[in-house]
Amino acid sequence: MTWKEYFTSSVGKKLVMAITGLFLISFLIVHAGANSCIFLNDNGETYNAVARFLSHNWIVRFLELGLFVGIFAHIIQGLMLWRQNSAKRPVKYAVNPGNATSKWYSRSMGLLGTLILLFLIIHLKDFFLGTKVAMYAHGDEPHNLFAEMQEEFKELPVVIIYLLGVISLGWHLIHGFSSAFQTLGVNSPKYNNLIRNAGYVYTVIICVLFMLMPIAFYAGWL
Amino acid sequence: MEHKNINLNLKVWRQKNNQDAGHFETYKAENISTEMSFLEMFDVLNEKLIKEGQEPVAFDHDCREGICGMCSMYINGRAHGPWQGTTTCQLHMRAFSEGETVTVEPWRAGAFPVIKDLVVDRSAFDRIQQAGGYVSVNTGNAVDGNALPINKDNADAAFAAAACIGCGACVAACKNSSAMLFTSAKVSQYSLLPQGEPERKTRVLNMIAQMDKEGFGACTNTGACEAECPKEISIANIARLNREYLAAQFSL
Repeated sequence: MTWKEYFTSSVGKKLVMAITGLFLISFLIVHAGANSCIFLNDNGETYNAVARFLSHNWIVRFLELGLFVGIFAHIIQGLMLWRQNSAKRPVKYAVNPGNATSKWYSRSMGLLGTLILLFLIIHLKDFFLGTKVAMYAHGDEPHNLFAEMQEEFKELPVVIIYLLGVISLGWHLIHGFSSAFQTLGVNSPKYNNLIRNAGYVYTVIICVLFMLMPIAFYAGWL
Repeated sequence: MEHKNINLNLKVWRQKNNQDAGHFETYKAENISTEMSFLEMFDVLNEKLIKEGQEPVAFDHDCREGICGMCSMYINGRAHGPWQGTTTCQLHMRAFSEGETVTVEPWRAGAFPVIKDLVVDRSAFDRIQQAGGYVSVNTGNAVDGNALPINKDNADAAFAAAACIGCGACVAACKNSSAMLFTSAKVSQYSLLPQGEPERKTRVLNMIAQMDKEGFGACTNTGACEAECPKEISIANIARLNREYLAAQFSL
């Protein structure tokens, strides 16, 4: 069987989702870790230095390319799977089991993913764009990302959008984390609890850190 | 167990043939013993319909002891009804209460077209099985059973997977109408045993190819199949299928 046949099969498509998903999960650790430098409360000195390092180091720049490939593959494959899968039952059931047989978030990965995508567009416009404009259009001038965050999160609607975005991400991760391992074929009574609990711990830490950022700025702690 | 007779309102899917759009019809099932099975309740209803000169409700059934996998009914939003690890024929009327409205639908999936009323065409499963769910045996003397040592854990896991009766509840319960639990059980029962070893890789590739061709969806790991399976087949088999498929792809 060719690789093309493999990756267009139903199992291969899910493998793409699992591998890119785990890659994005690893990215979130770096993202949340770097951003947590704002909590040092040194008026963004450390945070801006970290941001400058990450946007200028060539290894990170290379990984950034991989990140964009991964995120596009995850989004496009995910949306295609959503469309294809919902066409597999032309006549719907009159009565549905609700949450009796599965968790609502496991059935809503497409919807949650779309909410995250909408949030991501807003998020990239807010922070990614400014960094890149400063780097390329304004001759690589120093860019105060910390001040930009401070400015952005003064607005309550912005804070609410960010909190909703992170909540969507959280539900997506709760299912996605352990689901990725299942798709990769890792399922054993010895490790299932470990994987599931690691997923919960990971999701809670990532989401609490990300939610604290807009809250901290809005509340004026930073 | 307390025995009593109950009356039910049935909302049953009626569909003349696979061209018909189909609709729900309401019937009263009266004086139903709580000791009856769900299928026996339908027998009572059908006898009444025949006496009244109406068309009886067509439904699939065969062994009525929970091992043939024919009785495919989607009852009140649940494949094989509200009980776990049970086929429709083993579901007893004590699961329902007096005056309850019970909605009965056929399995719904593009790959399982309705033939009539509650009867669906599950030959897609047969074709998946025929694509690789077998062991080729050259005729000759039977080999001594003890000639092939088999690890107890593998034998148990293979046996648990082989308990699949191909009823299609996994497809019916899955939001994507995915046949992964069925296919994974069939792949697992052979891949775990030495007899299945020679055809291990071609088997999984061919069975997945056939599964996709039949129009089943992709697995999104909600676990609804495992929750509804009357034989309680584990989704650990799906993980094994994913491993087998990847391993076969790398080496073939």
